[in-house]
Amino acid sequence: MNQSQHEQDQATQAVDEHRRNFIGASAALAGLTVAPGVVVYGLAQAKPEAEPVTNKVRWGMLIDSSKCADGCTDCVSACHTENGVQSGPLETDPHWIRKVELKDMRTGRQQSLPVPCQHCEEPPCVDVCPTGASFKRADGIVLVDRHICIGCRYCMMACPYKARSFIHETLTDQNPDVPRGKGCVESCTLCVHRVDQGQKPACVEACTKAGHEAILFGDLNDPNSEIAKRIATKATVQLRADLALNPGIRYEGF
Amino acid sequence: MASITFSELKETSTRYWFVAGLIGLFAALGLGSAYYMEHHGHIVTGMNNSIVWGMPHVFAVFLIVAASGALNAASIASVFGKMVYKPLAPLSGLLAIGLLAGGLTVLMLDLGRPDRLIIAMTYLNPKSVFAWNVLLYTGFFTFVAVYLWTMMDKTMGAYTKAAGMAAFIWRLVLTTGTGSIFGFLVAREPYNTALLAPMFIILSFAYGMALYLLVLIAAYTGSGRPLGDAILQRLGRLLGVFVAASLYFVFVYHLTNLYFTKQHTFEKFILLDGGIYTTMFWLGQIIIGGVLPLIILLNAKLRASRTLLVTACLMIVLGGLAQMYVTIIGGQAYPLDIFPGWQESSAFFDGAIHHYAPSVPETLLGLGGLAIALMIVTLGIKVLRFLPASLADAEVDPHTKA
Amino acid sequence: MVAVLCLSIAYAASSTAPKAGPTIVIDKARAGEHCVEDTAFMRKNHMKLLMHQRDETMHKGIRTEKHSLKKCVICHASAKDERVVGSDEHFCQSCHTYAAVKLDCWECHATKAKPAQAAAATTLPAAAVGGEKK
Repeated sequence: MNQSQHEQDQATQAVDEHRRNFIGASAALAGLTVAPGVVVYGLAQAKPEAEPVTNKVRWGMLIDSSKCADGCTDCVSACHTENGVQSGPLETDPHWIRKVELKDMRTGRQQSLPVPCQHCEEPPCVDVCPTGASFKRADGIVLVDRHICIGCRYCMMACPYKARSFIHETLTDQNPDVPRGKGCVESCTLCVHRVDQGQKPACVEACTKAGHEAILFGDLNDPNSEIAKRIATKATVQLRADLALNPGIRYEGF
Repeated sequence: MASITFSELKETSTRYWFVAGLIGLFAALGLGSAYYMEHHGHIVTGMNNSIVWGMPHVFAVFLIVAASGALNAASIASVFGKMVYKPLAPLSGLLAIGLLAGGLTVLMLDLGRPDRLIIAMTYLNPKSVFAWNVLLYTGFFTFVAVYLWTMMDKTMGAYTKAAGMAAFIWRLVLTTGTGSIFGFLVAREPYNTALLAPMFIILSFAYGMALYLLVLIAAYTGSGRPLGDAILQRLGRLLGVFVAASLYFVFVYHLTNLYFTKQHTFEKFILLDGGIYTTMFWLGQIIIGGVLPLIILLNAKLRASRTLLVTACLMIVLGGLAQMYVTIIGGQAYPLDIFPGWQESSAFFDGAIHHYAPSVPETLLGLGGLAIALMIVTLGIKVLRFLPASLADAEVDPHTKA
Repeated sequence: MVAVLCLSIAYAASSTAPKAGPTIVIDKARAGEHCVEDTAFMRKNHMKLLMHQRDETMHKGIRTEKHSLKKCVICHASAKDERVVGSDEHFCQSCHTYAAVKLDCWECHATKAKPAQAAAATTLPAAAVGGEKK
């Protein structure tokens, strides 16, 4: 009697174990099925890496000059650190973004704001580049393809915003995410290497971290994005709007 | 009327080799500077992120503009039918090719990545004036080469007029393209004007003719071949007209700018308080490059002196370089006005007049381009039959009064 | 002269002659068993991959792991200084010096991976698993 009960106990135990394993495996499988969805939802801004960018998105920034603190250069430092740019006081030093101090010529009122590449919709730099190295990506980011840039500097002549810099000497130990080298022209990439991973440009993050929140980044084509809602309701301007280049960077508060 | 015979310089003296050697030295220095600049990067030059085009471009654009104008002597014969100029045509073609080759060499060697020349010739952005110029400049070589062939090969003589017309039209398009490099810059006050294209064409007439006269006089004086006054007087008078026309264009450009209140600060910079640029404009471009040569060239008695004629031509060349300096470098020294109505300042020199000091390597590169151009002419006239054996008055125009 | 020709052919064919072809330095301990593509494919096509992939990344933003240059650097970096160029003991240079083909990439691209990215790549890219062994 004990033996058969023992055998029955063993059989039940085996079945229980089997059931536990089955439930455990099913739960694990279900978890695995759901988990990528959870992860993907978190990175909802990033496009799948194997897919090309499209013009459904147009990246832009809104800079509020009234929130831009006097003397603060956090956006500039963050950009240059992120992209490995060694800037400085020499006229040959590169600048991807800079703080411009403004003084009204008639009233004397003073203000400051950062000026990066304006990522125009009709970029003059793209028009004049002889090889097509200066180009606009489908999602609005204006870049220099350094593989075919011949370093003629015509784009630097053409840019209305002095956004471009030329690299005057050999560089070493570049940031692997941001290749840059002697003899080619470069400018703010809107941190394309970060944007493609669903992150924000370094300058935006730095300004938020400093508490000023003067720079807002987002998709201009998405009517529900904060930037699109703001520019649809508040007064904003584009620099040199008279040139009708439709830059993706807008300003308010000055 | 005896027919004109062309012959190569068989009689090359020590003087010839000395001159060729000197030109060769400058060409070598230019190439050496290019290597130095490419190896170390543009940090060794005076160019920077505010003044991106410097001395090399001053020389290069001058040479390219002059190249187009150097073809004038030939065009007057083939296109406008003035037979008196026919003997001058082959040298005119050779000089045009030489000057363009020299100018392009400087431009290509100054690139940040001159090793990517193949890319520059194969990746062409259809909207870029630079890309159009790649085609226009290479086309110019082809057209002038064919033109020279029709002139120098007796069996091809029937096609000279057509080839000459084609080359003439092509060089007008080419110079329009060169002027438009600057004219198409939408945001820069010194540049964005349609006037620059025709202005460059008129400037090309003056610079090209001045260089042609200098080369002609040098070649004939150096080789001892006779060169009569008749031809020099005609060319000199024509050059005077070109210089006057150039001054007119410069006048209209500045007059129009002065009418626009928003251009006043820029005009004040060039005409009054721009330091070196103001000096280069008034002394270099206007007085030395315009008024003084005009006085010599429009006065028959002064023009009759060969020394004064050569001086006038040299002054026009210097004035042309000064004009390029004011246009190219002065135009960049004046800052962009990104915030109209505001005074700007920044770590990137916004709102400030930009500094430029030409360095030795880039100046040698520019001079090297001129040397390459002259080398092509010097060797060309020795090896091939570009020069008429005699340009004495009786040969050139039997109707000239003795 | 015929004798000289025969002798030189014999010498080349003999085992005492120096081995023809480059000595490519691959740090097996770092790189693991094999590359994302097999060796013959890489020998013939790596330049095409580089030329084509760069346009895809630059112009279309396609940043797949398999043919990412950064990943190549992480695996092929030398154990000594974690670079791929610098001497003939480094991976890219070991072949390119022999082939006398200029390495233009490293004017702009970093020869050394970011420490964080290198540490994260403890296994080969997923696509390499199950690739052909040569």
